[in-house]
Amino acid sequence: MQLDYKFVSEILVNFIKEETEKIGLKNVVIGLSGGIDSALSAVLAVKSLGSDRVFSYALPYKSSSKESVEDAQLVANEFGINLNIIDITPYTEPFFNSLNVDTKLRMGNVMARMRMVTLFDLSSKHGGIVLGTSNKTELLLGYGTWYGDLASAINPIGDLYKTQVWELAKYLGIPKKLIEKKPTADLWEGQTDEDELGFSYKEVDRLLYHMVDERRSFDELIAIGFKETFIRTVSERIRRNQFKRQLPIIAKISHRTIDRDFRYSRDWGY
Amino acid sequence: MKVYISQLKPYLGNIEKNLLKHEEEIRKALSKKADLIIFPELSLTGYYLRDLVPDMALRLNSPMIKIFENYSEDINIIIGFVYEDEEHNFYNAAAYFENGSLKHIHKKVFLPNYTMFEEARYFGAGDDFLAFDMMGEKTGLLICEDALHLSSLYIYSLQKVKNIIIISNSPARGIKPDRFYSQQLWYDTIRFISRNMTVYTIFVNRVGVEDGITFWGGSMVVDPFGDVKYQAELLKEMGDIVNIDDSSVRRSRITSPFYRDEDVTVVKRYISNMGSL
Repeated sequence: MQLDYKFVSEILVNFIKEETEKIGLKNVVIGLSGGIDSALSAVLAVKSLGSDRVFSYALPYKSSSKESVEDAQLVANEFGINLNIIDITPYTEPFFNSLNVDTKLRMGNVMARMRMVTLFDLSSKHGGIVLGTSNKTELLLGYGTWYGDLASAINPIGDLYKTQVWELAKYLGIPKKLIEKKPTADLWEGQTDEDELGFSYKEVDRLLYHMVDERRSFDELIAIGFKETFIRTVSERIRRNQFKRQLPIIAKISHRTIDRDFRYSRDWGY
Repeated sequence: MKVYISQLKPYLGNIEKNLLKHEEEIRKALSKKADLIIFPELSLTGYYLRDLVPDMALRLNSPMIKIFENYSEDINIIIGFVYEDEEHNFYNAAAYFENGSLKHIHKKVFLPNYTMFEEARYFGAGDDFLAFDMMGEKTGLLICEDALHLSSLYIYSLQKVKNIIIISNSPARGIKPDRFYSQQLWYDTIRFISRNMTVYTIFVNRVGVEDGITFWGGSMVVDPFGDVKYQAELLKEMGDIVNIDDSSVRRSRITSPFYRDEDVTVVKRYISNMGSL
């Protein structure tokens, strides 16, 4: 679980530069939520491309906490990141009203997708690509909105567990306040990831590491000391959310079906 | 010999649920007084296993093996499964159970690893084609791609088989106005095997969809004359009884004694000369 964060940071900084520039683009666009994941992605981007090539946006809805925007501002100031604040309320609220969006889940998903639409539009304006901010823990647990916050062009932190995100953030000198605050999707008042998930990131990352990276069997995980229900809950979440981690499945008809036997790398020809 | 062809639709990566399906099919086969039930390739696990392969694997001492041994007190069974050997290699395999015991395992030799296929990434390859005695008749067991190679057929022929059993997970692809590639490939192959080896060929293919891939079913039995004795419907999960008999093999070998006239010394001479004839 421990990493050489100096080396990891070098890899990620180089990753962002190469994968942005080789396709002929200069800039990246990123949503800064005030949380640690987007702060880390943005800081890596600035280290990679320089602050004039990173366009970050805080995208609060009227119910978002003031603290989130302040924390986004804090990290932006610290690292000289160009930050704009766009209130998504004026175009999100009419959507809620028109479609009678009345549950927390639907509202949360719509907000995440409105932010996605906003960022992709701005990426076109800036001639840039949208930088992803989902970590490995979220991706495995499917704790994110499909085509919302999970949507991006490149993701530097998708192979880092949340606890590794914290460690890398520490290494890079991201303000303690962001590292120590409770992770939240901030979709509604008082929401925290750990309450919603029902376990802490520290606990689940340890399990995920043994289960996914070390490929420990169920019996081995029990022997290490994990509770049976915890193992089952987490494995089931991973299984159920596989669809969020891949392209839509395509019905095969021909000899060459996209992504099945029509296989090229994204960096094909660059 | 009464053979029940189980054109099954397995669940992907759920052995427990697949066992229930197998049990249900075994009950149907028993009610139709079948001597043998044949399930498709990887019937216990589903096809696109990828990283699930080690989780789905059975060893010789796995309780699941015992379960099928017990069922085989009443009916002989061929299943498709992931076999893990003592060295922890994983194989796409088929097992034959007869009279209460596991009698034979065939490990798929030719693993397709091109276009849409990635089997060699996940499985080790078997290295032999050994005929086995199935209720007194020499039989060769092949898993899908195995049957598309001449070597497997020739080696079984040299071992005097009268039946070739092919269990398969063939996906529908290359669809044209009046036919599709994989069906044509298989039906031509099965007829060729039957007619030229003068054997019964039993092809058991699965149905169902996995991640956009449709398995087309259409299981088939062709007699030693090359005549279709049975053809299952396309795409439909179903099971049926087919009769196979040694007397057809006999009559076909009177009409077309290719088998008698085959001369292995021709092959032997070629190989011992390292091909430099």
